[in-house]
Amino acid sequence: MRLAPQAMLLVATLALAACNNPDRYGAAGGPGGPGGAGGIGTTGLGGPNDPSSVAYFQQTLGDRVFFAVDESSLSDQARQTLIGQAQWLAQNPDYAIIIEGHADEQGTREYNLALGARRASAVQDFLISQGVAPNRMRTVSYGKERPVEVCSSEECYSRNRRAVTVLSQGAGA
Amino acid sequence: MSLSRHLAALLALALTAAAAPVAQAQTGPLRIEINDGVIEPLPFAVPDFVDEGGGGEYAQGIARVVAADLAGTGLFREIPASAYVSRVTSFDATIAYEDWRAINAQAVITGAVQASGDRIVVKFRLFDVFSGQPLGEGLQFAGTTQSWRRMAHKVADAAYSRITGEGGYFDSRVVFVAETGPKNQRAKRLGIMDYDGANVAYLTDSASIVIAPRFSPDGNSILYTSYQSGFPQIYLMDVATLSSRPLEQTPGTMTFAPRFAPDNRTVVFSLEQGGNTDIYTLDTGGGGLRQLTDAPSIETAPSYSPDGSRIVFESDRSGGQQIYIMNAAGGEPVRISAGAGRYGTPVWSPRGDLIAFTKQNRGRFHIGVMRTDGSEERLLTASFLDEGPTWAPNGRVVMFTRQGAGADGQPALYSVDISGRNLRQVPTETPASDPAWSPLLP
Repeated sequence: MRLAPQAMLLVATLALAACNNPDRYGAAGGPGGPGGAGGIGTTGLGGPNDPSSVAYFQQTLGDRVFFAVDESSLSDQARQTLIGQAQWLAQNPDYAIIIEGHADEQGTREYNLALGARRASAVQDFLISQGVAPNRMRTVSYGKERPVEVCSSEECYSRNRRAVTVLSQGAGA
Repeated sequence: MSLSRHLAALLALALTAAAAPVAQAQTGPLRIEINDGVIEPLPFAVPDFVDEGGGGEYAQGIARVVAADLAGTGLFREIPASAYVSRVTSFDATIAYEDWRAINAQAVITGAVQASGDRIVVKFRLFDVFSGQPLGEGLQFAGTTQSWRRMAHKVADAAYSRITGEGGYFDSRVVFVAETGPKNQRAKRLGIMDYDGANVAYLTDSASIVIAPRFSPDGNSILYTSYQSGFPQIYLMDVATLSSRPLEQTPGTMTFAPRFAPDNRTVVFSLEQGGNTDIYTLDTGGGGLRQLTDAPSIETAPSYSPDGSRIVFESDRSGGQQIYIMNAAGGEPVRISAGAGRYGTPVWSPRGDLIAFTKQNRGRFHIGVMRTDGSEERLLTASFLDEGPTWAPNGRVVMFTRQGAGADGQPALYSVDISGRNLRQVPTETPASDPAWSPLLP
């Protein structure tokens, strides 16, 4: 999922305009966007080849993991992604994170909120096991409120059943 | 179904029905048995109300709202004015029963309206044409001209109650979530409207996601979940002032799925901590947080029985979503749902007899009802995505969200009666979801 440089600039601008509120990411939540860019500080995002950059975290490491239907267990691939995230966070201690849990539209609203929380929590627990300090993390569930894909087939559902690690600078606990 | 016979049988009872709390009159003889499938809707006529001074601009509108209310139930069929043999020009004139019999109108509603300044007075009478007698006494409603539709709803509620023996539900409101924008950038705000979609007002802006508003039993407050703080949290809104405040919440937790207890102050809701969701209660007056369930599974969507003694909720403790009932103080729950598929969003009927729910099975969603012991499950709808039933004040109709598939599949509000008949879309200005019905207005 590569973003054109123009798109990155747009994301950066929106992130700058946003306050530290994961609900207010506006257009950045669209397909290919970070799925939640709120709270990013005024530092430039840099390029995906700069290992200390936000873009590297989002694109090269991957800022999100995916889940099976009605599941919150982490796949091997998800664990690999999260190991990379944990290492990055160890090297970039100024960043705190908000882990967003999401569900696809197959499910009732309240249940999906709870399911999204389970997914976010599964990511948080794994990152803790990888040495990320709990006070650098918060979780939030969006249930089925914020899909990135809008088609009603498994192709889209599988991309909506996700947990996205959103960086925020200096937020801490 | 002989309506005239039934109507005649009701006469003695109906004489006092005007002032009686008709919602309680469940034991009386039923004129239209709503459960058992009406074969033929009852033909009725509602001539334009008579203008008794200054009321001309409302005279037709009131009659139209009354007709729409009654016909909208599917239990009644309006006879158009073009078929009328005689006109009603005076509210107090003797009604020409044979003229209405000639066009097979079994019930006739006549009315009058008088307006002065911002005050309006609406009167009506209901006649049983085939027995040739009034059905109940005439009634009069007074209020502001702005509330003319409410008065029409009250007329229709009275007529509906007298003919069916059930409580009315037309003079009621619905709070809901109004949605705009594409599905992946949805803007949501709270809306409120009459049950039929009229008089829409918006209660919040679209800056934060809002979900699942719920009326208090007295209709004065609304609970809802908002992301205003960045994290899901329950808010309490005063309907009269629209002022809103968050309920107490422990940092690092998520609270959602609130509903009031019958006492109008206790709230039952879901609280998520560390990925686990359980059911709690809280006193809106402050404090009193109590945990009612303690399980590693998801416990959510709690709803009180009308007497406040029990709570129905959903849990996936068995592996998938199912419906359980526990005492209001907590304790070991009893599972009541037993069929194939997943059962969620249970809501206790205001009559106490049924639980409405959302069922997911084989890729389809259904709205259904079952008795409180789980028996007599009845699926009322089927579609790509139906969810979140809310009860009409009389416990005979449910409203819910229906959403189509894909980018163009917008959510809309629908209603259906508990026999599964009369599925209708409720008109809204924008796509809409998460309806919650108010009690009958005072």
